[in-house]
Amino acid sequence: MAKHKTPMLDELEKGKWPSFVSDIKQEAENRGKTSVDLQTPKEACDDLLGLLELTYKDKVVHWKHGGIVGVFGYGGGVIGRYCDQPDQFPAIRDFHTMRVNQPSSKFYSTEFLRQLCDLWERRGSGLTNMHGSTGDIILLGTTTPQLEEVFWEMTHNLHQDLGGSGSNLRTPSDCIGMARCEYACYDTMALCYNLTMEYQDELHRPAFPYKFKFKFDGCPNGCVASIARADMSFIGTWRDDIRIDQEAVKAYVGGEFKPNAGAHSGRDWGAFDIQKEVIGLCPTQCMEWDGKKLKIDNKECTRCMHCINVMPRALRIGQDTGASILFGAKAPILEGAQMSTLTVPFMKIEEPYDEIKDLIEKVWDYWSEEGKNRERLGEMIQRVGFQKFLEVCELEPDPRMIQEPRSNPYIFWKEGDVPGGWDRDINEFRKKHQR
Amino acid sequence: MGIEDDKQLILDTLKSKKGKTKFYLKDFNSMFPDRKPRDVKKLVNSMVSEGLLEYWSSGSTTLIGLKGSGVQHEAEAKEE
Repeated sequence: MAKHKTPMLDELEKGKWPSFVSDIKQEAENRGKTSVDLQTPKEACDDLLGLLELTYKDKVVHWKHGGIVGVFGYGGGVIGRYCDQPDQFPAIRDFHTMRVNQPSSKFYSTEFLRQLCDLWERRGSGLTNMHGSTGDIILLGTTTPQLEEVFWEMTHNLHQDLGGSGSNLRTPSDCIGMARCEYACYDTMALCYNLTMEYQDELHRPAFPYKFKFKFDGCPNGCVASIARADMSFIGTWRDDIRIDQEAVKAYVGGEFKPNAGAHSGRDWGAFDIQKEVIGLCPTQCMEWDGKKLKIDNKECTRCMHCINVMPRALRIGQDTGASILFGAKAPILEGAQMSTLTVPFMKIEEPYDEIKDLIEKVWDYWSEEGKNRERLGEMIQRVGFQKFLEVCELEPDPRMIQEPRSNPYIFWKEGDVPGGWDRDINEFRKKHQR
Repeated sequence: MGIEDDKQLILDTLKSKKGKTKFYLKDFNSMFPDRKPRDVKKLVNSMVSEGLLEYWSSGSTTLIGLKGSGVQHEAEAKEE
């Protein structure tokens, strides 16, 4: 029988979707009858349900904010959580979160997942979040004495590290990349792993004015949404032409191949119409179909991926591949949401990634010096101006960095850029320009 | 100035701040205006490892203070 009555939480089990309340109740029941030698309070999940019910009743949060908890030598990966009703809910007096650095592209073996769940059942609440918004595996709720124990077992037995939190580099996150995706323009897993290892100090110890995130999308489809979520977004792209298999295009038009690889086969959409579904939807209108041959004016293509997504057997990404690098996205905690700004239109992504690391460190050095406390990189760029940011990156302004003249932060001329500087002969000027 | 002098400067500066026990990393940069933030970060983090300073994290932001000052582990678990 449940320890606490939870009539309001029970309502959340009545919808047609899976309910987190049912999950917590299931784990509470399991902990009540398990033979595992639990190292944390048996009633943790019961008390969590009770505290949530009280939160709904009082309409205020009953968790205290943050704390002095962590594992030795690390300044991230553990987020202190303390309940403000410890007498009523003693099993969740301290209920800390641990962030675990997920493997690149989230590839696991079932054996690893079983070991991780066994560890967390014994030394934590048994509740996990697979995965948090940043990408980490989130282990929800353990006591202070168990933090070092979990960390030791995880690093020594599971060979897995904690992730980033606080004013650290956050756990880098990437799409599935070349492991399973033909659209990947560079090896996202290799780059994600390399930068994770290179910047271990920044990942585990506070280094910046605020959080900093890398995310790696292998192509402009953006499966990890780096453009919306990362301070430094890598988006795969190509410099040459989209490869066209004209016979395969005809097969799509003739109905031999299903568009979008059959992804929209849940209802009958009628015969495939290349004019309406591909040519007419091209955002730059750079495609043409005369009934026999598909033509693409590649210099006008903005890599939206729509045509390739619809006809993946006929169209393929180019062969001269790399990535665009953008800076400054953030979620709407302060000053509203912001997308990343294109800063490096194209860079080859090749080991040992020295060019990328050089750019990263220039940006970090400047942000660490000039950024205000709790100011994300994107906010700082807005404050100091994109021109200044380009100077920091040692990059020349490029028309591809703006959507259209004067709509984005544009570039002002500097005296050194103008022949003769600001000093000129006014009489010479007036010969050509009357008052 | 040697590394021990740098550490002492940090400890003395933090002790002199009355009523404030937690500091941003940038507050430490201002103690060493001629150093690169990355060097100051390494110094501060080494002092945490030595047990002279400690981290406080909200989850999104990290603050740093003298070990043992301000609200502590035990107190955080109780009603303030």
